[in-house]
Amino acid sequence: MASVEDYVARIEETCGEEKQFIVLFKYEKKQEVIAKILKRAKVEKSISSVIFELTFKNVSFRLYGTGKAIFRNLKDKIELRNILSELLL
Amino acid sequence: MFDPCKVREDFPILKRKINNHPLIYFDNAASSQKPRQVIEAIKNFYENHNANVHRAVHTLSQEASQLYEDAHEEVAKFINANGIEEIIFVRGTTEAINLVAYAWGLCNLKKGDDVIVSLMEHHSNIVPWEILSNINGFNIKYAEVNNDGTLNYEDFESKVSSKTKIVCYSHVSNVTGVINDVKRIAKVAHEYGALTLVDGAQSVPHLPVNVKDLDIDFLAFSGHKMLGPTGIGCLYGKRELLEGMAPFHGGGEMIREVSYNPKTKRCSISWNDLPWKFEAGTPNVGGGVGLMEAIKYLKKLGMENVKEHECNMTEYAMKRLSECRKVEVYGPKDTSIKCGIIPFGVDGLSSHDVALFLDNYGIMVRSGFHCAQPLHQIFKLSSSARVSFYIYNTREEIDRFIEVLKGIELI
Repeated sequence: MASVEDYVARIEETCGEEKQFIVLFKYEKKQEVIAKILKRAKVEKSISSVIFELTFKNVSFRLYGTGKAIFRNLKDKIELRNILSELLL
Repeated sequence: MFDPCKVREDFPILKRKINNHPLIYFDNAASSQKPRQVIEAIKNFYENHNANVHRAVHTLSQEASQLYEDAHEEVAKFINANGIEEIIFVRGTTEAINLVAYAWGLCNLKKGDDVIVSLMEHHSNIVPWEILSNINGFNIKYAEVNNDGTLNYEDFESKVSSKTKIVCYSHVSNVTGVINDVKRIAKVAHEYGALTLVDGAQSVPHLPVNVKDLDIDFLAFSGHKMLGPTGIGCLYGKRELLEGMAPFHGGGEMIREVSYNPKTKRCSISWNDLPWKFEAGTPNVGGGVGLMEAIKYLKKLGMENVKEHECNMTEYAMKRLSECRKVEVYGPKDTSIKCGIIPFGVDGLSSHDVALFLDNYGIMVRSGFHCAQPLHQIFKLSSSARVSFYIYNTREEIDRFIEVLKGIELI
């Protein structure tokens, strides 16, 4: 059975009060991840396939064409993981 | 004449493409790239001379020991120390500062004493003192920073007193590139009998640094920010201070004798000579060899030329950044008081967004707090993006960076 770890290479958590999570997807899964996310999340704005501003279940995030995404205003890694599960699995 | 295009030929990594774009490396304050000469020196060491150093009589060990000692000698000359006795090899700046905090601070700081730390410091020059203060009970006084990121000298000077035992400050801020007047601070500290610990992580790789001229007591810096490998750095300390200090780590190499006394059922220990007294265990010999080669490379270029090139780059980048309507540069605008580091923000975007956007185009910049959260609090910023230059960066790279940055303004 597929898991979030199949798609995610690393998660960087920024320090400070305004926590952000930067998700680095596995290079070889990059295109698959982008396709899945674009299918499931709402595209608010896109700039020539370099950046996509998205919303998914009241969570706004940015997805980059390089296979990286930045999530804001999440409580913790558990919430992030739940969102990633819904977006990817 | 200094030619960055010629310098670039020595750096294999700069031929790489990232995301199908030529690599532009503007994250030099975090770590520099390595020239072929350094990579070759490390390879040559492991292929031909590798062995543990000191106390072995075989040929390889003698060769490795000689190289390791030569590396100390090269560092000593580079910063004008008196000799290898004043040069301790450590993992990097952080370990060098921790060495002073624990080996000197633990024995010499007590309740009622003051330690002065500037608010522009990297966490590595704040956290060790906070930890130690919780153990020894001394007081930490933070010297304020002006709104433009320069040190408030009046505040600093007003905080120094006969209670002050050590003053800890960076030569160059890793966030703003501001160059502090190290000599002025050292003079005031010494008038009150206090020692000075200077974080040279952002100065030694970029400016001529002369410890005798600056009259500082300790200087900490890292090899990997000055073309050398990771895992090697230096602590300079005045010989008489190092001689009076207890060791930091205990183990092999740092002792002269460990003898067991059957009567007391304890071991009595005598320390090795400087600098080995502070280098317990098998040292990073390969790292030392790499650092030596890095210094030779920098010396060949000339540190005055390195400084001038970075000043020119900074001036040009500041001018071009002013063309970007959504970009705000933090810290002082006067390039004569700073090194090749520029923190900035783009209106409406987090620093990580800026870094991720630039990464799309092969441009590597730093984002976040750069391990200097208190300084960001002064700037009232949640984070910043940062470009930092070195010997191989060019004006053409800055032009490309600005071109891409202008694209961000469409977001």
